[in-house]
Amino acid sequence: MKKGTGLQYWIGFALILVWCLLPVVWIISLSFKSEAETTTGSPQFLPKEATLDNYRAILKDSDFTHALLNSFGISLIATFLSVVLATLAAYAIARLEFRGKKLVLSLALAIAMFPVVSLVGPLFDMWRTIHLFNTWPGLIIPYMSFTLPLAIWTLAAFFREIPWEMEQAAQVDGATSWQAFRQVIVPLAAPGVFTAAILTFFFAWNEFVLAISLTSTPLARTVPAQMSFFVGPDPFNPPYAQLATASVIVTIPVIIIVLLFQRRIVAGLTSGAVKG
Amino acid sequence: MAAIEMSHIDKRYDDGFHAVKDVNIDVQDGEFMILVGPSGCGKSTLLRMIVGLEDITSGDMVIGGKRVNDLAPRDRNLSMVFQNYALYPHMTVYENIAFPLRLQKMDNAQVDQKVRDAADLLELNEHLERRPANLSGGQRQRVAMGRAIVRDADAFLFDEPLSNLDAKLRGQMRTEISRLQKRLGITTVYVTHDQTEAMTLGDRVAVLKRGVLQQLASPRELYENPGNLFVAGFIGSPPMNFMPATLKGDQVELPFGSVSLPSHMRDMLKGRDGDLLIAGVRPEHFEDASLVDGGADDGATFSTKVDVVEWLGNETYAYIPFEAPPEVQSQLEQLEKDLDGESMRTQLVIALDGASGIKEGDEARIHMDVSKMHLFDPATGQNLTVDVEHAGTIPGLEVSTASA
Repeated sequence: MKKGTGLQYWIGFALILVWCLLPVVWIISLSFKSEAETTTGSPQFLPKEATLDNYRAILKDSDFTHALLNSFGISLIATFLSVVLATLAAYAIARLEFRGKKLVLSLALAIAMFPVVSLVGPLFDMWRTIHLFNTWPGLIIPYMSFTLPLAIWTLAAFFREIPWEMEQAAQVDGATSWQAFRQVIVPLAAPGVFTAAILTFFFAWNEFVLAISLTSTPLARTVPAQMSFFVGPDPFNPPYAQLATASVIVTIPVIIIVLLFQRRIVAGLTSGAVKG
Repeated sequence: MAAIEMSHIDKRYDDGFHAVKDVNIDVQDGEFMILVGPSGCGKSTLLRMIVGLEDITSGDMVIGGKRVNDLAPRDRNLSMVFQNYALYPHMTVYENIAFPLRLQKMDNAQVDQKVRDAADLLELNEHLERRPANLSGGQRQRVAMGRAIVRDADAFLFDEPLSNLDAKLRGQMRTEISRLQKRLGITTVYVTHDQTEAMTLGDRVAVLKRGVLQQLASPRELYENPGNLFVAGFIGSPPMNFMPATLKGDQVELPFGSVSLPSHMRDMLKGRDGDLLIAGVRPEHFEDASLVDGGADDGATFSTKVDVVEWLGNETYAYIPFEAPPEVQSQLEQLEKDLDGESMRTQLVIALDGASGIKEGDEARIHMDVSKMHLFDPATGQNLTVDVEHAGTIPGLEVSTASA
């Protein structure tokens, strides 16, 4: 009976693994195939002759490398600003009693639920008028407004978990409010801060609708938008291998970031603060 | 080090709750002051007003000759041990203790010196590199104390520091705190709801009830001369016995018989002839009459039926039920509520010598030391036979004297 359960467990595990990873493996395998292979019509799963040509070509493409730079810059700046602002806002929401607190929270939630597409038109017009069209800030600002609410909600929940006594103890020990916040509260809320940072970064990194609509040249175009310009000479034969290569390259940073931050998102960091 | 003077301290919360009402307490330099009372009596609020975590609605808080009402906690130079310790979980024990010093921008060598001194005193040396999560309750408690003593604070404040420990550890830490305070000689204010801690630790004890100071006196004074029914019932374990008493000339009629009023009480009770009062007698002021040697000088002896007997070896508790008239009954029920509902049915709890042979259901002869009896006004709860010279400060009592 127990052996049976073990077997079923492994079968289920394998099925889920195949289900999730097959497309990824397919894309990776595709990225190593030569153009001749992908255009034959009936491509096999593994490349006949693995080649790095696609990678060489795409990294020589200055439009793509510039888009990669834009993606990094815009995502990192948006993440940083969003997390800093969200930390301060969430702290205020968790700790202070002020008028309109409910309003701020529900407004934030409403913004998060707002469909991105509906804002594209107005933003396009506005950005053109105030010369933010096709610039980094032109993307950073809308990214922040869409990620802030989520970050605020996440962080406020974390701050509420931290006992009041922590900062009261710090204040009695001689800390200013800022020192108590900086040296005691933020380190304790670190898992929340990293969670918020990851969510924000992913949103900015993967965002497509705004990126394609609010840019017009490689000056500020991010990778997801840039990839839609990989059409190749023949409209009926898109350069699948190159697209796959680009996909692999944009996925790598995301994987690295998740692996790095995952270690920091350790639950139960506050254990031992108060009585056990 | 500094004295702490609280004069006419009032605390009213935004929702209108009046938590502390016109409290006057002077904590002398180096004194160990206890704030004690049942939950919700405002003792913690008072402590938090001293340290600055709670605003003072009105009154003056003077620490070391300086009015601190409007100062932030960090400018008051006090250190505090919280009920749940409030250690910083992301720092090692060493850094936890060093935290106040780091905030003062003290140089590393000096920080190290002071942290090691504090760790020596509290026997925390081998734990300095561990994190609070890996420590036992008693160790966490000591780290919290280390963080408090490492800084040269003007006073220590303790907010029920032992309530999270188990009974055995509590006893040990109580001795530890007492030893530490004697050694450092620092002004200390200690909040507790535990009357044992209050009696054993304090130089003086302030008893609070619903935000009002009831009595401020040494433990002995509180025990021997409680200012009112509440203090009498709160201090002492098992608690003082209360029973109806009717004054008839020089005689007091108790449920078990009539006793003659001791001479020193006669003047105090002038004009009360015929009144119904509440008599309070501590359990140990009763004794098995057969074990009392000599003539019953100051005492009275009566016969009664014993309901339950608990033999503890060194002493025996005997329970004797009695009927109380409604006026007294209602006052005693109110008192029970004030004392957090400790069950107080109308029965005597008397502590007899362990050698006593009284058994359950016996018709026993009990001796009572009448000179130790107190008589309370059932309407106000005030102790009519209090020895004001030895009762510390009782707010509202005109002839209150400064404490010894």
